[in-house]
Amino acid sequence: MTRLRQLYPQLLALGVVLLLIGLISPGFFSVTVQNGRLYGSLIDVGVRVAPVALLAVGMTLVIATKGIDLSVGAVMAITGAIAATLVADGHPVPVVLLVALSLGLVCGLWNGVLVAFLDIQPIIATLILMVAGRGIAQLITGGVILTFNDPAFSFLGSGAVMGVPTPILIWLAMGLVVGLLVRRTALGLLIEAVGINRRASMLVGVRARFLILATYAISGLCAAMAGMIVTADIHGADANNAGLWLELDAILAVVIGGTSLAGGRFSITASLIGALIIQSLNTGILISGWPPEFNLIVKAVVIVAILTLQSPAVAEELGVLRDLLRRKGAKP
Amino acid sequence: MKRKLLAASSVACLMLCGAAFAADLTVGFSQIGSESGWRAAETTVTQQQAKERGIDLKFADAQQKQENQIKAVRGFIAQGVDAILIAPVVATGWDEVLTEAKDAEIPVILLDRQIDAPEDLYLTAVTSDQVYEGKVAGEWLVKEIGDQACKVVELQGTTGSSPAINRKKGFEEAIAAKSNITIARSQTGDFTRTKGKEVMESFIKAENGGKDICAVYAHNDDMAVGAIQAIKEAGLKPGTDIKVVSIDAVPDIFLAMAEGEANATVELTPNMAGPAFDVLEKFKADGTVPPKWIQTESKLFTQADDPKGVYESKKDLGY
Repeated sequence: MTRLRQLYPQLLALGVVLLLIGLISPGFFSVTVQNGRLYGSLIDVGVRVAPVALLAVGMTLVIATKGIDLSVGAVMAITGAIAATLVADGHPVPVVLLVALSLGLVCGLWNGVLVAFLDIQPIIATLILMVAGRGIAQLITGGVILTFNDPAFSFLGSGAVMGVPTPILIWLAMGLVVGLLVRRTALGLLIEAVGINRRASMLVGVRARFLILATYAISGLCAAMAGMIVTADIHGADANNAGLWLELDAILAVVIGGTSLAGGRFSITASLIGALIIQSLNTGILISGWPPEFNLIVKAVVIVAILTLQSPAVAEELGVLRDLLRRKGAKP
Repeated sequence: MKRKLLAASSVACLMLCGAAFAADLTVGFSQIGSESGWRAAETTVTQQQAKERGIDLKFADAQQKQENQIKAVRGFIAQGVDAILIAPVVATGWDEVLTEAKDAEIPVILLDRQIDAPEDLYLTAVTSDQVYEGKVAGEWLVKEIGDQACKVVELQGTTGSSPAINRKKGFEEAIAAKSNITIARSQTGDFTRTKGKEVMESFIKAENGGKDICAVYAHNDDMAVGAIQAIKEAGLKPGTDIKVVSIDAVPDIFLAMAEGEANATVELTPNMAGPAFDVLEKFKADGTVPPKWIQTESKLFTQADDPKGVYESKKDLGY
């Protein structure tokens, strides 16, 4: 897929963030096995990142087409609400999965049609569902936190396969499947082409409308999966709070991953690393013991630092510096 | 000032008492909207209370907008109701419409929130004391723990919100005298289950796998429910290994209490209308002017208080 070299900035940032947290809280890296499953702060990062990581997978593709999907948080609330309703009514898990994923797909297609066929600007088109979606979710749950007790469905959120928590497996699998789909076929290239210049790509015969529709559909599917994980995790659907503001974290993850909001070149792996950076920060702050007033400030400072280091201007300066050092090193 | 008020109210009584005495009251109620389960329960209880007392309740849902509330209050004034209940969505901007109500000699009672307006514009405000709620929770813990050393972790509400600030303050006041009880960690869980669970997970990792934690204090029940799941998944027993005390008394915490997984909760009663109707009836009958603030009871519930039964009585209130 993406060459490792291209991931240097993101991997470096993740490494530095993890190292800093390790310095502040020495127990951060210890991973043990407890009750037959991996246990530790590092594992928490992997589990808690699942919703944002899933959203980031879909969001990367959407942003690559020069779009944006603000509705993912609300779609999480809708699919979570439907899943909880069905589980509470005693439907088997496969049925729940199928219905919730289909609903996510429908939400994605709705966005896609607005953007690709009605040519509404993506930020407005997806804003509609972002606002309305939470209302729909509340209608489904009747305004209460809908709880259920079903070990089979809760497995999605708090279960483990061979010691590895299910949410980790789900986001890894989703990233892998979508990554292979776009990079082992020409799809990724075509999406980039549409993002860079939709008109030109259409003139050479790329079916831009269909591609854009497909990216929003995938984004809807990812959001549905994320919604179910969040619902399974707390054994209940909280229409008010499920996925609240997560669309912004997902966009941030994509941006940290180096994908430009202007469309074009994208990397799903880099976006996933971006999501991991954000979640490492969240978890790191929680175990640091600092007062909560600092949470957002610390997060903002680190993210500004990361984005500054990635900015073209700074990268150029660094390049010059490196060349200078190399030349100096060459001289005896 | 007080004497003036008394005089004014006795004049008002002279004019109103005759008409309203023992007759059916018509009361307008401007509710914020359905922002949370607690608010839905408040609406249900208000309607129940009105029905029990034979009060004709006119209900207006403001959908979280002050302009709708002002419109509703003007509507109530035009209909000539006997009194108006308002659960104000914001604290400011009420002077004008309340003056209109005052001019029409309709008493106004505020429910569950205070406002920034001259006190003579409303009859009274019925609210809970959030600092006291935290205090009740803290006092329960002090009594429960005795003289053992106890490390408490705290799940705060949304940073900067008044319930978070006040409930923290009250709890700290209650445990201040006891040097054996310390708050080891305190973080925000944003009043939600998901965040409550996530924060508790990290607390457990940071405090020797949770073995060092003796109790968790959550500013609301939802965060406590999340924390209980985190404690269970870490292989510990909530309610026994780590005691759980929280505030609000929503139905789900009683289920946890019945299972022995939560220890205590302090009720934020949805029955704000009951005390309001009490003072209103007295005011209408003989002009008794209530104090400007009526504090609702912050009742403590523990596992000994028949949690299953309380759950049954609360589950249909719309929480």
